[in-house]
Amino acid sequence: MRFSYIEPEFLIERDLERCIRCQVCVRQCAFEAHIYDEASDVVTADSNKCVGCLRCVTMCPTDALIVRPNPTSFKENANWTGRIIKNIYKQAETGGVLLTGMGNDRPYPIYWDHMVLNASQVTNPSIDPLREPMELKTYLGRKPERLDVTLKDGKVSLNTKLAPQLELRMPVLFSALSYGAISFNASKALASAAYEFGTYYNTGEGGLHRDLYQYGERTIVQCASGRFGVHKDYLQAGAAIEIKIGQGAKPGIGGHLPGEKVSSEVSKTRMIPEGSDALSPAPHHDIYSIEDLRQLIYALKEATRYEKPVSVKIAAVHNSAAIASGMVRAGADIIALDGIRGGTGAAPTTIRDNVGIPIELAIASVDQRLREEGIRHQASIIAAGGFRSSSDVVKAIALGADAVYIGTSALVAMGCHLCQICYTGKCNWGIATQDPYLEKRLNPDIAKERLMNLLRAWEHEIKEMLGGMGINAIESLRGNRLHLRGVGLTDSELEILGILPAGR
Amino acid sequence: MNDLYREREISGCGLSAYMDESGERSSGDDIIQSIALLHDRSNGLGGGFAAYGIYPEFPDSYAFHLFYDDSSSQVVCEELIHGSFNIRESGPIATRKAFGIGPAPIIWRYFVDPKEEVLARHNLSPDDFVVQEVMKINTNIKGAFVFSSGKNMGAFKAVGFPEDVGDFYRLDEYRAYMWIAHGRFPTNTPGWWGGAHPFTILDWAIVHNGEISSYGINKRYVEMFGYHCTMMTDTEVMAYLFDLLLRKHELPVETACSILAPPFWDLIEHMPEEQRNYYTSLRMVYGSAMANGPFAIVLGSRSMMLALNDRVKLRPLVAARKGSIVYVSSEESGIREICPHPDAVWMPRTGEPVIARLHEGVAS
Amino acid sequence: MKRVYAKEEVCAGCRLCEIWCVVAHSKSKNIIKAFNEEFPRPLPRVKVEEFGPFSFALQCRHCKEPPCIEACMTGAMHRETPDGPVLHDPDKCVGCWMCIMVCPYGAIARDETEKKIASKCDLCQGEEEPACVAHCPNEALVFEDRGE
Repeated sequence: MRFSYIEPEFLIERDLERCIRCQVCVRQCAFEAHIYDEASDVVTADSNKCVGCLRCVTMCPTDALIVRPNPTSFKENANWTGRIIKNIYKQAETGGVLLTGMGNDRPYPIYWDHMVLNASQVTNPSIDPLREPMELKTYLGRKPERLDVTLKDGKVSLNTKLAPQLELRMPVLFSALSYGAISFNASKALASAAYEFGTYYNTGEGGLHRDLYQYGERTIVQCASGRFGVHKDYLQAGAAIEIKIGQGAKPGIGGHLPGEKVSSEVSKTRMIPEGSDALSPAPHHDIYSIEDLRQLIYALKEATRYEKPVSVKIAAVHNSAAIASGMVRAGADIIALDGIRGGTGAAPTTIRDNVGIPIELAIASVDQRLREEGIRHQASIIAAGGFRSSSDVVKAIALGADAVYIGTSALVAMGCHLCQICYTGKCNWGIATQDPYLEKRLNPDIAKERLMNLLRAWEHEIKEMLGGMGINAIESLRGNRLHLRGVGLTDSELEILGILPAGR
Repeated sequence: MNDLYREREISGCGLSAYMDESGERSSGDDIIQSIALLHDRSNGLGGGFAAYGIYPEFPDSYAFHLFYDDSSSQVVCEELIHGSFNIRESGPIATRKAFGIGPAPIIWRYFVDPKEEVLARHNLSPDDFVVQEVMKINTNIKGAFVFSSGKNMGAFKAVGFPEDVGDFYRLDEYRAYMWIAHGRFPTNTPGWWGGAHPFTILDWAIVHNGEISSYGINKRYVEMFGYHCTMMTDTEVMAYLFDLLLRKHELPVETACSILAPPFWDLIEHMPEEQRNYYTSLRMVYGSAMANGPFAIVLGSRSMMLALNDRVKLRPLVAARKGSIVYVSSEESGIREICPHPDAVWMPRTGEPVIARLHEGVAS
Repeated sequence: MKRVYAKEEVCAGCRLCEIWCVVAHSKSKNIIKAFNEEFPRPLPRVKVEEFGPFSFALQCRHCKEPPCIEACMTGAMHRETPDGPVLHDPDKCVGCWMCIMVCPYGAIARDETEKKIASKCDLCQGEEEPACVAHCPNEALVFEDRGE
């Protein structure tokens, strides 16, 4: 390798008094940052190779390792930060587009942290969810504006037949994470956790592995611009179909699965040659306008006999509200909005970090726009993009989302340490990899249990927050922005979010 | 000011009502006596009444009751009324000096019929047109407020204890087959005349004890259908919900009650399939119309009186029957005060409405 | 009886089982002391077998009809109860290594650190579960009775 100007991002420090030279670190690092020197019986490290995933630190049986950010700094300034300088060195060395994984890590405002929730005091009672019913059940799909009910001889009868709906135990689903971007074990964990818990996971544009058809009734199958893995049985297998137009991490560009990750199983599932880069086109080449979207929506509905809701997912961009309105009118039963902090397995860093808008603003403007047009009932809104906690979920519902997709949170629950190197295929945690040696590190049974624990924990917390507000059903929070107040926001931000400042 | 920035009023309250299903009319004395007993449930910041069957001389005209802050707002408003309606009669509503009632606004009554040509131009039914015009006045004309707009019925309300309000409006001189009374205990805002209950739109009159935690979404939901919540009260939004569900969506009143206070999923899941499908569909489609939080309400219309509790019964509500008269009140004492020996007294269960209906053939 | 079973499909090949086996059979039971201060250090009685991405931990299967007991001339290799684990008594062992010859799994090793005796899994007698199972980070080893 040519001499590089790039300093290591992390330093690996080993406490030699604690190191027992067991070499677990050596065996666990796919980047070969740890080296065992047999002659001297010592383990050494090459910090240049360290990605900061902490696999070695976690596995070290004697806690002999510390991995910490390299304190060496450039002579940086406000404009020329170390990150910028390093990026230029990288590009000068390689001449390539900078790639990254996971969601936007730039310090854009996180509006969740500038909104606070309400609670009942005196004038109405808060509700104790441990003692009283607290309902989180959510249905996603197109609803009619009104029901036709007749009363005859004291008996009501319903004359309206509803469009197909997704039934969720609570308003959280697993986001689109494709098989290929993530390992089979990770996909299986998501599928089985969604199935057992009573929510849904999303195939992303990775197709559906034959061993995962058994979870079909809790699967949202995605149809993206590359049409990877899309065929009749695939469409038929899911509970809903999602047309992926865009993704929050990379609005305006297509998916990118490096050939290293296209293993034989991925190749079969995606129906592409083994080892080839799976680059889905930036647009759907059969959707150049809203009426084209309508055609695809109805083609998919026809293909599945109108038995499944069709979702359309877009990246949250400047005019999301107008686009969303068009999508609803084009026949989408569910609108998925993916904000600027949404994750990815691989994206050009500059796109991830600079394109799109925060999901909070997108939810608020889309919900408001659909209401102004009187078509809010025609589609459910799923919000995505960096949801970190149950309180983020509650705030999103209060802003107007019907449900929330979690991707990164789910990955973190399975063990992801956010080291952002998913695109290398060398995930030491067995999640974003197809390497059979690494993939085994994720036990799908353990991962499933961890995912379900996360959902259960959030479920409890959401119930507590609802109860505090004196609400015992999630639909009474949905779009109920009076339970939110802004802290430290400008007037325009408050206006877009449709909330009052705290204290008023 | 953007109405987002107006504080919603939170209140506790007392309520009392009765309806004679035979259509027999009685003076306002009884209802005043009943609500007077519940004195401690209000704090003098608002009291009001709705009375049905009081204008037999104009049974088919809309009776508008208005508050004007001053005569200039009256001039502006009357210009609008003249443009849209034929006024059959108008004049001040008779009041008498009463204890505890502060400075009053100008209180005017109009019996009006929408002009045919205006209706045609707007392509609206008379009722929808009246709703639209009332919204217009209440939202756009400063200092003017329509607080009653039904036929052969009227609302009377003011800042004060309800028994004093009844005295002020000389309700002993009206005769009605249904009386609804309410005393307020607002907690965070000074009462204003328009903010007292009942809240009415067309023939609907509603009084309410409670605080609706779902107000934010209920409001945004009815806004989708053209209602503007101008008063920022739970009660107003409840009235619009009923108007939407019963009049616009033509749902049976039982269904509307199941939408406002639906059964829990646990219960629904154990129902026979048809019933399960019915309730599931109601909750799916009308989730935003669920009134969540404590409430006891009484809703009047020309042919019906309805009382309803929230889904976990967090506010008191008692019902009774004596012959053809159905009573409801926040407290049993409120009923026994005017009907010492009812045939039956019961506590309505959560989400289970008490419904009194005018006997068939009785003109309302 | 309860035996240790390996789940090859989730074995990460980290060999923590081997390390904790050593600790469990050390004098100090302290991982740092066991490795850095105890000499001779006990041998691991579990061995991770690897071939490419395939790996699994192997230890004595505690056979129903153990060839090692049959082959042992001194009675060092024995069972205390009919369905108990196959144990090894170093005091009786003469180091003939017949057991190693006959073991079909290769689960017995020569321990040349002390006397010429055999080293094999004792299922961590007295513990709730063997150290290898307790410390497997991926639950690739389970200790259960499969009625075999």
